[in-house]
Amino acid sequence: MIKAIVNVSLKAGVLDSQGKAVHHALDSLHFEGVNDVRVGKQIVLKLEETDKTKAMANVTKMCEELLANTVIEDYEIELV
Amino acid sequence: MKVTILQFPGTNCEYDTQHAFEQLGATTEILWHKAESIPSDTNLLVVAGGFSYGDYLRSGAIAKFSPVMKAVTEYANSGGKVLGICNGFQVLTEAGLLPGALKRNDSLHFLSKHHHLKVINNDNVFLKKLSNNDVVNIPIAHHDGNYYIDQDGLKDLYENNQVLLKYTDENGEEKNPNGSVDSIAGVCNKDKNVFGLMPHPERAMEIVLGSDDGVNMLKGFLEA
Repeated sequence: MIKAIVNVSLKAGVLDSQGKAVHHALDSLHFEGVNDVRVGKQIVLKLEETDKTKAMANVTKMCEELLANTVIEDYEIELV
Repeated sequence: MKVTILQFPGTNCEYDTQHAFEQLGATTEILWHKAESIPSDTNLLVVAGGFSYGDYLRSGAIAKFSPVMKAVTEYANSGGKVLGICNGFQVLTEAGLLPGALKRNDSLHFLSKHHHLKVINNDNVFLKKLSNNDVVNIPIAHHDGNYYIDQDGLKDLYENNQVLLKYTDENGEEKNPNGSVDSIAGVCNKDKNVFGLMPHPERAMEIVLGSDDGVNMLKGFLEA
C-alpha cells in the first residue's frame, strides 16, 4: 500500500489572504522573524497501488482533475 | 421562453431564481443534478446560487462532476445560453466553461449586502437592455467571490469584451469589496453565450426588496 500526501497551495503571485491574516496574527502574538506565511491544504490518500510510478501518475491526474484548481493553485505529491 | 434551473445538493437560490423568471413571464423548470440531459425546449439554463456539495474542497469543485454537467457542457458548446449566479459562477469556472477562478474574499469575511455594479460591456444578450457605464444596485452574498485571472487572461477578457460588470460605488467609481482582479464582478466566455457573476440579480426584482435593477438584467435573456 502506498500513502500519497498531496499539498495544495495558492500559486506564487496569487495573493494568499489567509496566509496574510495568519502572519498578522503571529505578529500580534509577538512571534518575531516570520518573513512569510502561506496557508494551503493537505490531502492524504491511501492507495491500493504498490507501483510508485503508477501511483504518481494516477495521483497527478487526480490533482489536475479535482484536487487542485490549477488556475490558482499548485500541488506537490509525496509518496510514502 | 423556458428557463431551466439546475439544482445540486446544497443549492439554495433555485426557488428565488424561479420566482424571478416567472415574474418576467418565463416558464421554468428546476432540474436535479442527476439528470443526464437538458430539456430540449430550454432557452436559458441557469446554474443557481448556494453551496453545492457544501463547498467542500473548493466552491463548485465537486459539482462539476455531477451527471448533469456533461449535458451542460454540451449545451453550452452547441451555443445554448448559460447563466451562473454566485455558486453557479464558481461551478462554471471550475468546469472550464468560464475563464478564471474565485478565491476566498480578501477580508476572509462572508459578505452579504447590496453593492453597486457598473456595466462594462453590454454587447451581449445578458446586458443588452442596459447601457455601458450604467450603475445597478444588486445584492452580493459570498465568501469566495474574489475573482482571479492571470495577466494574459485578463488581457484576453478586455480584448474580447468579456468583462461584463465591475464593483463600484453609486457613482460608478471602482470600489472593490472582495479583492477581485480589476474589481471584476462578472464575465462571459468568448462566444458570449456563457455568463457568470457573483452578485444576485434574482434578489433585486422588486423595490420593496431594496432594488429592482435585476429586472433589466434577467429580461435581456427573455427578449432574445
